[in-house]
Amino acid sequence: MKDGAVLEMRGICKYFPGVRALEKVDFTLREGEIHALMGENGAGKSTLIKVLTGVYPKDGGTVVLSDKQINIKSPQDAQNNGIATVYQEITLCPNLTVAENMYIGRTKGPLTDWGKMNRSAGKLLDDLGIPVSPKEQLGNCSIAVQQMVAIARAVDMDCKVLILDEPTSSLDEQEVQKLFKLMRDLKAKGVGIIFVTHFLEQVYEVCDRITVLRDGTLVGEYVIQDLPRVKLVSKMLGKDFDDMAEIKSSDEEEKIDYNGTPVYQANNLTGTTGIKPFDFEIHKGEVNGFTGLLGSGRSESVRAIFGADRVTGGTIKMDGKTVKIRKPLDAMKNGISYLPEDRKLDGIVGDLSVRDNIILALQVMKGFFKPFSKAQAEKFADDYIKLLNIKTASQDTPIKSLSGGNQQKVILARWLLADPVYLILDEPTRGIDVGTKVEIQKLVLKLAAEGKSITFISSEIDEMIRTCSRLVVMRDGKVVGELKGADLNQNKIMATIAGGESK
Amino acid sequence: MSVNSTVLEKKLKKKASLTDTNLLLIITVVVFLVMYILAVVFLKKGFTKPQMFFNILNENASLLVLSCGMTLVMITGGIDISVGQVTSLVCMSCAVYLQKVNDAGLTGNQYVIKSMLLAVAIGLAFGIVQGFLVAYMEFQPFIVTLAGLFFAKGMTTIVSSDRIPVTFDPFVKLCRTEVTIPFLGSVNKKGIFIPAYVEVGVIAALAIVVILFCVLKWTKLGRNFYAVGGNNQSANMLGINVKLTKFLAHVLCGLMAGIGGYLFFLHACSGSPLHAQGAEMNAIASSIIGGTLLSGGVGNIVGTLFGVLSLSTIKNIVTSLGLEDAWWTNITVGVMLCIFLLVQSVILARKNNKK
Repeated sequence: MKDGAVLEMRGICKYFPGVRALEKVDFTLREGEIHALMGENGAGKSTLIKVLTGVYPKDGGTVVLSDKQINIKSPQDAQNNGIATVYQEITLCPNLTVAENMYIGRTKGPLTDWGKMNRSAGKLLDDLGIPVSPKEQLGNCSIAVQQMVAIARAVDMDCKVLILDEPTSSLDEQEVQKLFKLMRDLKAKGVGIIFVTHFLEQVYEVCDRITVLRDGTLVGEYVIQDLPRVKLVSKMLGKDFDDMAEIKSSDEEEKIDYNGTPVYQANNLTGTTGIKPFDFEIHKGEVNGFTGLLGSGRSESVRAIFGADRVTGGTIKMDGKTVKIRKPLDAMKNGISYLPEDRKLDGIVGDLSVRDNIILALQVMKGFFKPFSKAQAEKFADDYIKLLNIKTASQDTPIKSLSGGNQQKVILARWLLADPVYLILDEPTRGIDVGTKVEIQKLVLKLAAEGKSITFISSEIDEMIRTCSRLVVMRDGKVVGELKGADLNQNKIMATIAGGESK
Repeated sequence: MSVNSTVLEKKLKKKASLTDTNLLLIITVVVFLVMYILAVVFLKKGFTKPQMFFNILNENASLLVLSCGMTLVMITGGIDISVGQVTSLVCMSCAVYLQKVNDAGLTGNQYVIKSMLLAVAIGLAFGIVQGFLVAYMEFQPFIVTLAGLFFAKGMTTIVSSDRIPVTFDPFVKLCRTEVTIPFLGSVNKKGIFIPAYVEVGVIAALAIVVILFCVLKWTKLGRNFYAVGGNNQSANMLGINVKLTKFLAHVLCGLMAGIGGYLFFLHACSGSPLHAQGAEMNAIASSIIGGTLLSGGVGNIVGTLFGVLSLSTIKNIVTSLGLEDAWWTNITVGVMLCIFLLVQSVILARKNNKK
């Protein structure tokens, strides 16, 4: 073993039917280092983590932990060997209390000591600054708090290796800083940390080393100082990196006719999800965005436009004609498509094939009793798999076996196929890699140039500035401002989001 | 960002709100008390006598134990519909065994104890086989226990197709043993105080309620039941042996079917292929009224106790209203189940909307 290595994986192979997920991948983690695992979607990061934690059995290779070769058969096994994991999706039980979720499955003896458990959980939660009572039922907590509880659980284990698989995607800036402080403390104690994330800034903020994977193979291991960002991105993509700032052509806004009849116009739209009634309009060929902090009501607003939650009032005009949109099917029939924020819950039908997922929306509009012929469906699917560069073994592969970014592309294909006049994309770039992010942003601008109206929401303000020509800013369920043209810059947006209360 | 976080902290630092399990338990207890008090106030008849209440227990000791077993399995997200027929099989087997002993001219308490062991063994056998098929072969619990139901039904008739009353003396004595309740009772027409009593089976059933309550609340196994029912993939990631946990839930439920079967036997003092027909449905209904969710992860043994009591009380109320035909009680129970599900879902939804 190399000096100070706590974990060494050599020649790891993993195959799924028709897909080579990992091919002879090596990975070394040293004591007291934070090691970033980077790669595009489908590069094999998640698979490597799942092999290490015993979720998938490996098809080849060796794992050496603290100079001892081990064969990890199950997550329990991994835990007992001192490998703690925080997954991107929350893997806790919503019906149990916070304290139970932190201790279940890893206490000694047959009995549960509630007093002791609640006390030590309370202390740990306080230490980590997690604002929740240990007796609260987990399902009552926000996603961010649930994620922090998962981290607290992992931290409390006396682990040698801590795996953080995209733990920051549901945390806000402050919470991320808390997490980083925690990671540095653990690092000082000699724990090796594997950190998987899509945020480049975060990698350069905390990590010591980077291992890059691409298409299931190892690209290389680098010390962070030796690998500037541009190089990292090009290693991940396997090609030279387009300068993202160049995406938007400067003369684009002029083409939009702001005085014409809006494609979609809402007056006093009211929903039941806690947002104030609001007015909104969008023109042909325009890309607009909703921005605001988590919980400001940006998703709720677009859901109201699509009729995804109950709409209780307001008038809606499309192309000047009054229409009634009370449920998603109404919206779809009027040419509005919505790509939901939570692709797992609202988007994919996991067991259906990629093809069936793609034609789903169009099929719904056509009616289920008039199915498409197989040849036609195959052609649709083929076209969009090519157009969006979806990485899948075949059209018949169930969508759940695709990586996150490719699932997102399939959903996008579904709505593009429906040929909407107005397309709403809620966080289409969340949890996917930089390359795909750029692809999606380019696609959005291309569609707008073809005359579609698009609402684009992202929690990364950079992306919004690059893509949108007009931004609706929300705070606490209310529209507080609208920015366009020269006002579309980071400072101005921040100031509007923060409002009078901060600078 | 800071604005957002402080709001979050204010919102979450308050006292922990009720867990779903406790919320549903409270609903059940309240509904039972209201129902019983209304019956005492408006119907009077027998309801004012304490013995009426204890008769509910006497009649339902067996159902109570079966329901507790059912609750365990339902908390893990499963179901066991074989328990009614297993009860029938246990009654018949024990009856035939004790009558054989009786016919041979033997007597002694050891034979009663042997019949108890027989009952437990039958229950465990069903639990182990079904548990194995559900947990390790990953078959649907409904289908596996449906097979168990038919198997037990057939076996009962093989053992004997007649009704067999037990005349074995030590057992009959045990059946007739009444445990008087101190200070409770009623005065009859002649002015003599008649104390209230319960059968021995009730004591056993209540002991089981207490034991299982403790198991669910304070043992790792009990908490694992909840975790597995809440989200079995997460439970696996949290390091819980999901298969073993499901297996043990079915084994315990089988054990309860054995014990519950014996309590039925003790109450009926006979074996018959018609014993405990549909008991599994009553057990499921009691568990649901008691606040156990069919989807798993939520439930409580004390709730199940009140579920059994509510179910029997409503039946008694219907009967004392003069609607003595069986279909009236069935219709009432059906309506009551629907109302309960409605109330539970409304309250859970309101609670989840509030956060």
